[in-house]
Amino acid sequence: MITWAEFKEIFVNGTWRQNSSLVQMLGMCPLLAMTTSLVNGAMLSLATIIVMGSSGFVVALLRNFIPYEIRIPVFILIAAVMVTVVDLGMNAYMHDMYNILGIFIPLIITNCLVLARIETFAVKNGPLQAMFDGAFMGLGMLWTLSLLGAIREFIGTGTVLSGIEAVIPGLHQIEVLPADYPGFLVSILPPGAFIVLACMVAAKNWYEVKAAERAKRQPPAPISAAGCH
Amino acid sequence: MSMDFSTPPYLLKNASVTRVMTQVLLALVPAIAVYTWLIGPAILIQIAIASLAALLGEALMLKVRRQPLAPFLGDGSAIVTAWLIALVFPPLAPWWMVVVGTLFAIVVAKQLYGGLGQNPFNPAMVAFAVCIVSFPALMSQWPNQALHLGFADQFQIIFGLTPRLDALTAATPLDALKTGLKLGEGQVGVAALLANQDVYGQFAGRGWEWITLCYLLGGLWLWQRKIITWQVPTAYIGALAAISGALWLYDPAQFASPLFHLFSGGAMLGAFFIATDPVSGSTTPRGKLIFGAGAGLLTYLIRVFGGYPDGVAFAILLMNICTPLIDLYTQPPIFGMKNGK
Repeated sequence: MITWAEFKEIFVNGTWRQNSSLVQMLGMCPLLAMTTSLVNGAMLSLATIIVMGSSGFVVALLRNFIPYEIRIPVFILIAAVMVTVVDLGMNAYMHDMYNILGIFIPLIITNCLVLARIETFAVKNGPLQAMFDGAFMGLGMLWTLSLLGAIREFIGTGTVLSGIEAVIPGLHQIEVLPADYPGFLVSILPPGAFIVLACMVAAKNWYEVKAAERAKRQPPAPISAAGCH
Repeated sequence: MSMDFSTPPYLLKNASVTRVMTQVLLALVPAIAVYTWLIGPAILIQIAIASLAALLGEALMLKVRRQPLAPFLGDGSAIVTAWLIALVFPPLAPWWMVVVGTLFAIVVAKQLYGGLGQNPFNPAMVAFAVCIVSFPALMSQWPNQALHLGFADQFQIIFGLTPRLDALTAATPLDALKTGLKLGEGQVGVAALLANQDVYGQFAGRGWEWITLCYLLGGLWLWQRKIITWQVPTAYIGALAAISGALWLYDPAQFASPLFHLFSGGAMLGAFFIATDPVSGSTTPRGKLIFGAGAGLLTYLIRVFGGYPDGVAFAILLMNICTPLIDLYTQPPIFGMKNGK
């Protein structure tokens, strides 16, 4: 079972301290391609939450039966099953959204974040802990990608929540800026993702330094950012 | 930033940043004068807008970065960036586009990378690239040479006080040639297109050819003053002339002459004022030759076979990326040592 302290630790790790996009810098490819709007970024993250939570749970259940030598193919196989479930489920129930996210739903399996959390956390912890770890890692990705998508969408087109009608019928996008806003296309293109993400990483680091100064403690040692994709 | 330390050689020249930047600005003055005379006073308005935006952006970022304002604002580097931006943007570009481009150049391309001397990319070219990617239609509207607009008209167009009519603008000479050749599908030759006196003059774009000639003269003056070295412009012009000459000899009906390419678009401005940027360009003598030749070659390929009206900005940005690698492999041997041993 899981204690409250463990739960809190996993939550803070996943959503803030080891945030997949701001600290670990994992999953850059879907981040670049899918954060052109808030809705796209949020939906891809939701799919990732389901995949990571469920595959972490299953791997942790089976961790004593998986031979060490072939663990990676087995992990990938388990995660791929979950991706297929999400892929078929979205195709059936959210077809418009499925068409927008396209290849990036099946590609969740290639996101190093999925394998990284299984390999470093799920195989060493109980099923509940592993499930929450996967889900909260995804939650960290959810808020980061939603914020990134919202900023890029706002600067790029002057709207927020465009495409929301594909998720919740009846809702419409909000035109924040007047209709004659010419749009700043570079923000929607991949360079815009890098620039905005870099600003967010800088803002997080700035906040951490300030927080550390306030607490009169040594700032936390920088966690090495491994790049992938 | 004066270099007053007492190490040999004891023959010092006063090479402060301010002095270099002032001379670069002086070298641009003839071209701006001819620009004003032939195309209209819009360029002066654009220079004013860009300079103001650059100084404001620079001051804001220096304050955020807790750097002293006076030495960095007064060194003139932001003004050089602003003037180059005004010169490469269409003269009738709306004021906000020039402001956005300039602020992006100063805030993102220069100050966020660490300020003067730290930027890996030429800020003016970053401004051009960002704006042509974001506002391709507005960045392609160059003034129609058949119309002669006065100061008041141009002022009103820049500040959006009168509607932007299609008749006011036209494609650049380079763009007109590319589109004409494409529409002609091999039937229309370069000579027939260049005969259009509304767009083309003696040897390149009407009006623009003389402005470009002034860039060449200003650049030669900078070389004579030892502000820039000969390698980058020579390699740039040589590579551009070589590839355009080779294709021109191959098929003069489909490819314009080297003279046309050298005096069209931003080639001369790029060769003498932008590719010679001591910060974002190569620093070794052999590296400068490679840098210039690469930029010249890419300029031709992008402007003739690519989708953009001119290739100078992307060519120089692409070579900026290669600069660390070029410098690494072209380090001159230490005196008295054999190369690489």
